Amino acid sequence: MSTLHPTLDHAGHDDSHGHGHGHHELTFIQKYVFSTDHKIIGIQFLVTTLLMLMVGGALALGVRWQLARPWEYMPIAGDLTFGRDGGQISPEYYTMLFTMHATVMIFLVIIPVLAGAFGNFLIPLMIGADDMAFPTLNMLSYWFMWPAILFFAFALGLGPEWLTHVRGGMDAGSAQGWTSYPLLSALKQAAPGSEMSQTWWLMAVTFVGVSSMMGSVNYMTTIINMRAPGMTLFRMPLTIWAMFITAILQAFALPVLTAAGFMLVADRVLGTCFFIPAGIVVNNAAPTIGGGQTLLWQHLFWFYSHPAVYIMLLPAMGMVSDMLSCMSRKPIFGYKPMVYSMAAIAGLGFIVWGHHMFISGMNPALGMTFMVSTMMIALPSAIKTFNWIGTIWGGRLQFNAVMLNCVAFVSMFIIGGLSGIFMAAVPVDIYIHDTYFIVAHFHYVLFGSTLFGVFAGIQFWFPKMWGRLMNDSVAKVHFVLSFIGFNVTFFPMHLLGVAGMPRRYADPYHFEYLSHLLPLNQVMTAAAFLMGFAQFLLLGNFVFSIFMGEKCGRNPWNANGLEWTAPSPPGHGNFDVLPVVYHGPYEYSSPISGDKDFLMQTEYIPLAQRGVESGH
Amino acid sequence: MGRFWAVFFVASAVIAVGLCWVAPSHGLWFPGTLKGGFGAGVAHSSIGKRIDDLFYLVLVIVAVTYIGTHAVLGYVLWRGATIKAEEKVLFSHGSHSLEVIWTIVPSGILLYIALYQMDVWAAYRFKEFSPKKAEAVAEVTARQFEWRIRYPARGKTLMPTPQPDDVYTVNELHVPTGRPVSISLKTEDVQHAFFVPELRIKQDAVPGLTIPVWFDVDEPRQYEMVCAELCGWGHYKMKARLIAVSDEDFGAWKDKAALEQFDDGFKKPAE
Ligand code: HEM
Ligand SMILES: [Cu+2]
Ligand SMILES: [Cu+2]
Repeated sequence: MSTLHPTLDHAGHDDSHGHGHGHHELTFIQKYVFSTDHKIIGIQFLVTTLLMLMVGGALALGVRWQLARPWEYMPIAGDLTFGRDGGQISPEYYTMLFTMHATVMIFLVIIPVLAGAFGNFLIPLMIGADDMAFPTLNMLSYWFMWPAILFFAFALGLGPEWLTHVRGGMDAGSAQGWTSYPLLSALKQAAPGSEMSQTWWLMAVTFVGVSSMMGSVNYMTTIINMRAPGMTLFRMPLTIWAMFITAILQAFALPVLTAAGFMLVADRVLGTCFFIPAGIVVNNAAPTIGGGQTLLWQHLFWFYSHPAVYIMLLPAMGMVSDMLSCMSRKPIFGYKPMVYSMAAIAGLGFIVWGHHMFISGMNPALGMTFMVSTMMIALPSAIKTFNWIGTIWGGRLQFNAVMLNCVAFVSMFIIGGLSGIFMAAVPVDIYIHDTYFIVAHFHYVLFGSTLFGVFAGIQFWFPKMWGRLMNDSVAKVHFVLSFIGFNVTFFPMHLLGVAGMPRRYADPYHFEYLSHLLPLNQVMTAAAFLMGFAQFLLLGNFVFSIFMGEKCGRNPWNANGLEWTAPSPPGHGNFDVLPVVYHGPYEYSSPISGDKDFLMQTEYIPLAQRGVESGH
Repeated sequence: MGRFWAVFFVASAVIAVGLCWVAPSHGLWFPGTLKGGFGAGVAHSSIGKRIDDLFYLVLVIVAVTYIGTHAVLGYVLWRGATIKAEEKVLFSHGSHSLEVIWTIVPSGILLYIALYQMDVWAAYRFKEFSPKKAEAVAEVTARQFEWRIRYPARGKTLMPTPQPDDVYTVNELHVPTGRPVSISLKTEDVQHAFFVPELRIKQDAVPGLTIPVWFDVDEPRQYEMVCAELCGWGHYKMKARLIAVSDEDFGAWKDKAALEQFDDGFKKPAE
């Protein structure tokens, strides 16, 4: 239930379980399952994505197992999942593993945890609205994830054969990489995973797209229309700016992927030839009729997927900015440069997609323009990094788990951004394209940055979700294990890439020039297992703290944002009174705030008390 | 405790740099013949050498940036950890001149890299020995999961369509050393990529397209040749060799191969 103008009788109640006795009785199902409350939807997204994180992690450990002990019997999981192959990973199964690992992590974890979980939970609270502009659409955006999850399970070969028509179980799971390049993905004869499972995969991606699109329309509308009085654009927290820019990126990029997906489905099912050239003979099948171009898919796919990598990062950048400022007890350094650089990333993000195609056979002159734009997109990233460090500089740092994860975000983002420069140098990319160097790069930006930002965000906003704090010591142990596990797993991948180890190889060691890399890979696998199991600490801490965590009030971090003026957890309608905003969100340690070191956005300070230097 | 974390993050950076420093001497660096004590492999094609040089240039810039940013990060963390209770927090919303500096300096460096590399790319794709100018020695056709190679008969030029006197090999690409040669890269089925790590040469083989790739090999020996684009379950198995020999040996090899191929078992009757 939401209106554009919140009224007092929609406002929440202070007690933590109080939002049940509003004036319309909602059933349990309406309240907690098919809920239209943005907070419930946000938490639903969060719990779902955390579970999917474990699924995606398990798939990754399968990949790592094969790289450490190629073709060896895998205990426990081997018997359960590929017992008929003698508990040994088959090459088909291996291709399925890395395909579905990336698919789950990108489409079911990173994208929905940022926009879906944090976007939903935070946007109305941070701008002072009582809910999203379109609550029902919002609910649908969550529930559209479930067909996607189901279809991805089918794509993985998990469904019953009479229903899914995937012949061969998980060995015939989708296996063309998350990039799904044709013809491997277009011709059914190309691989076991190119049969029915690939069609399920495409349908699942379409559902994720529909879900994201519903979210994105909602976020844009909400942020434009429903800000509390006084919440001008340049008083919005950077999280909100990031969500806003992300929503715009989604809205412009997604239709292209959806269209490309439909074209590929048409090629597979209806016999069209958008991506299929003439005269191709795959596995002795009849030659294709053709007339299409496989490169068209790469252009369309990356036209979406390059902006999408920023969809997978910008919200984390925004959240980390907010948390760093709070934990440093200091205003964010360079607020406007931060906003402008995010806008620049979004703008440039649309003209760099060709950097994934430098050696694809596209016109070499085109490669040059993409190279220059790619070099330029590193600039706003650099500016943001410097501003984060500037934010920490001179602050009174609170070294809790939130802060540590945020600093890890910055440190890992530096590595990920810098490795991008090697690849943006086209001639160097000739060599390192499709090697482990690329794998290192995107794990540093997606795991090292985004996921550590998400870890921080979970601990930071957990009190607002449940009225209790997460255990900081456990969170620190989780942080240290994840950080060490992550770096030991992924940093050496740069070196593997320089050594020329191609990605997506089930067994690289039978090549002489790669045979000496096995011991290093075994160390990396051990670290990956450490990191994987460390995530149980996160889940355990999360669940335990919901019931047993230390209770806290509205504003446990002494933060400035509007969300901290609402009760923890906020009732239906969020705020007891409509907030009015007087300051930007980063006035920590302001001289005008008296002996407190924070100044909430809603706190009115009469002009007489403001010093001359308080320009903001 | 705060000091511990400042050291923790700096230590992680130190270990990362240290690892890269010792990597070449542990075989974790470019493949190729090891030259000098450093342990880094040297590329065996002229374009590969230029790629390596460019890599090292970027590496130096990146290393300086990485070390610099982490030194500053360590400093601000240390300072924030040791701030005294009575000390005031720096109340600052940013600095215009700093923003200007850290916008202009990185953009200058990035532009420098961008312009500097264009020449190498141009050399690989348009200039000097553009594929059209280099002699086409073979047509390389990838398929699941092998390489089929077609050569023109000795003294003839490679035609786009198979000729009756063409010579064929599988998974062995023979080329002469010491001069630029080119291959026509094709695929019969899905996408593949031609990759010779020690030459640093890579090019996707795209269904429906024939893509010329030129390179030169400086040392006569065998090089491993792999597929670098996912092409199905057997992607990791497209193991092949590039066999580089001197010009004379190349001619001799081709004669021998042609003889073997066209020998139909009939011997000249003895006198
Ligand atoms: C500093 C700016 C960055 C630059 C210059 C850059 C450059 C590149 C280039 C050139 C590639 C293609 C490499 C190849 O396949 O040969 C690439 C791949 C990739 N980048 Fe970045 N990147 C940057 C930042 C990011 C960020 C922030 C993210 C994500 C949050 C990201 C995610 C990815 C992913 C996922 C891939 C690989 C996709 C795949 O092939 O599966 N990059 N990057
Ligand atoms: Cu990209
Ligand atoms: Cu392949």
